[in-house]
Amino acid sequence: MNGPQLLEQYAGRLVTRAGACFLGERAVFRGLDLHAALKDMDWLELYLFGITGRRFTPQQMAVLQATWVYTSYPDARIWNNRVAALAGSARSTASLGIAAALAVSDARIYGGGSSLRAIEFLLEARLGMERGKPLAGLVAAALHGGYIYGFGRPLSAADERIEPMMALLREHNLDRGIHVELAFEVEKILVGRNPALRINYGALVAAVAADFGFSPLEYYLFRIPAFLAGMPPCYLEAADKPAGLLFPLPCRVMLYEGAVRRPWQGTTPKT
Amino acid sequence: MSEETIRTRIWQEEAEPDNAFAAASCHCHGYDVYGDLLAHASWIEYLFLLFRGEAPSAQQARLLEGLAIALANPGPRDAAVHAAMCGGVGGSTSASCLMAALAVGAGASGGAREVRLVMEDWLVRGTDLALWQSSLAAKPIAGPADVWPAPGHPAGFDPHGVRCTGPVLQTLAHLVEVGCGADLGCGSSLAWLQANRSSLESAAGLPLAMSGVAATALRDLGCTPAQGEMLHLLLRLPGAAVHALEQKEYGHKNFPFFQVELENDPGPAQGIGNCVEGGA
Repeated sequence: MNGPQLLEQYAGRLVTRAGACFLGERAVFRGLDLHAALKDMDWLELYLFGITGRRFTPQQMAVLQATWVYTSYPDARIWNNRVAALAGSARSTASLGIAAALAVSDARIYGGGSSLRAIEFLLEARLGMERGKPLAGLVAAALHGGYIYGFGRPLSAADERIEPMMALLREHNLDRGIHVELAFEVEKILVGRNPALRINYGALVAAVAADFGFSPLEYYLFRIPAFLAGMPPCYLEAADKPAGLLFPLPCRVMLYEGAVRRPWQGTTPKT
Repeated sequence: MSEETIRTRIWQEEAEPDNAFAAASCHCHGYDVYGDLLAHASWIEYLFLLFRGEAPSAQQARLLEGLAIALANPGPRDAAVHAAMCGGVGGSTSASCLMAALAVGAGASGGAREVRLVMEDWLVRGTDLALWQSSLAAKPIAGPADVWPAPGHPAGFDPHGVRCTGPVLQTLAHLVEVGCGADLGCGSSLAWLQANRSSLESAAGLPLAMSGVAATALRDLGCTPAQGEMLHLLLRLPGAAVHALEQKEYGHKNFPFFQVELENDPGPAQGIGNCVEGGA
């Protein structure tokens, strides 16, 4: 069945296993009563259960929670945070600013886009090695423009989040996972080519997630709020100052490189 | 159970004979979109029709077109465009760049919320100059708890301005020229604003801003404050889009990251070797 017949089958109703609310009565979350079976879950555990349908050990939960904590930077210069802060400065609402900032976090050079590519690469590299392929060849094949997502960093070669995350992984005996070890092996190969291509936080967390059994899509969904905690302070501080004081830009900062000035010579009359 | 329905006065469709999920024809406020408007209406005329429900007069179309050009690109210094460029430099999705522009451009300082507030002021004050002057002289009052931050300056005026800028004056003059005259379908608020600008600016202690001109033009086009807010959001997106695309090409190394002066820096933590190195 396809086309209109398929659409007709789904028209006017929701067929779901995700959940539903029966207003005034109860709510079901992935087949369990939210206010009974799941009432004692913490929020992050529930979020992960919603994504994966699985439960994680207390040690894994501690690490997963830390993956967000360690990258919560309330620095309004960072591009996604800057959107939230500009919303505060322009007297927009906090939810508009933060929702847009989260959407902007799906970037190519950081955040969602690079994380997704990093876990995909690590999972594929592991499979390739299981099939007997040498890691150096897998790395060489994965290089795009001289780099691999998760290695190297836009504004700084070093990543201050690596050491505390590794310390936490060691504390919970989770530092020897196959993908974590693989990620550092990849780093050795890449640094031999270019010293700037050290492992970044995106690759390390992707490796942790892969060790915990996340698929790329599950990992992408998990990390959507990863930068969230840093955004409200940016919004609030900008909103607390007089409007327009966040990064005001004088005309002189624009370096024009376009066409010379010329008159408009339209060929069609206006309405 | 009977099928649930969506009520609309704007859009009417007839299904293809063999597919209930595909439209064979679409009518907008009674006009055949693909059989008539596509060939005979301009984008601006269609935009007016969508919002107002009637075809515009020639003057209304010219007024909306002028406003659309004036608003299309506030330039990279504008906070909404700046936000869109923040998406561009990181290679964020196109939609997120526009979301950023919308989120910031929605605000009550230079954004669509400010336009709406001005239009609401017009509804209350009309052309009563004394009422405008007394209201503008009063400190803006925060309403009951709201998701919108409390207004910090009189809506429609530039909180950091020194004098009414060239683009604002040129836009006001042009819109007055093309759009004024009640017998031609447009209101006369723009002409009143132009005639009383100096008095209003004196009362506000601030120069007129583009938001004030835009709000007044939207009033003269017959828009409600809610329609004006929505149109303002839409009409400013082209500039945000092209500047986001341009900065994506230039890349983050050519985009300001600014200096930071952290006032409560605890200094490097002990026991974590590389934590002093900063960055994104």
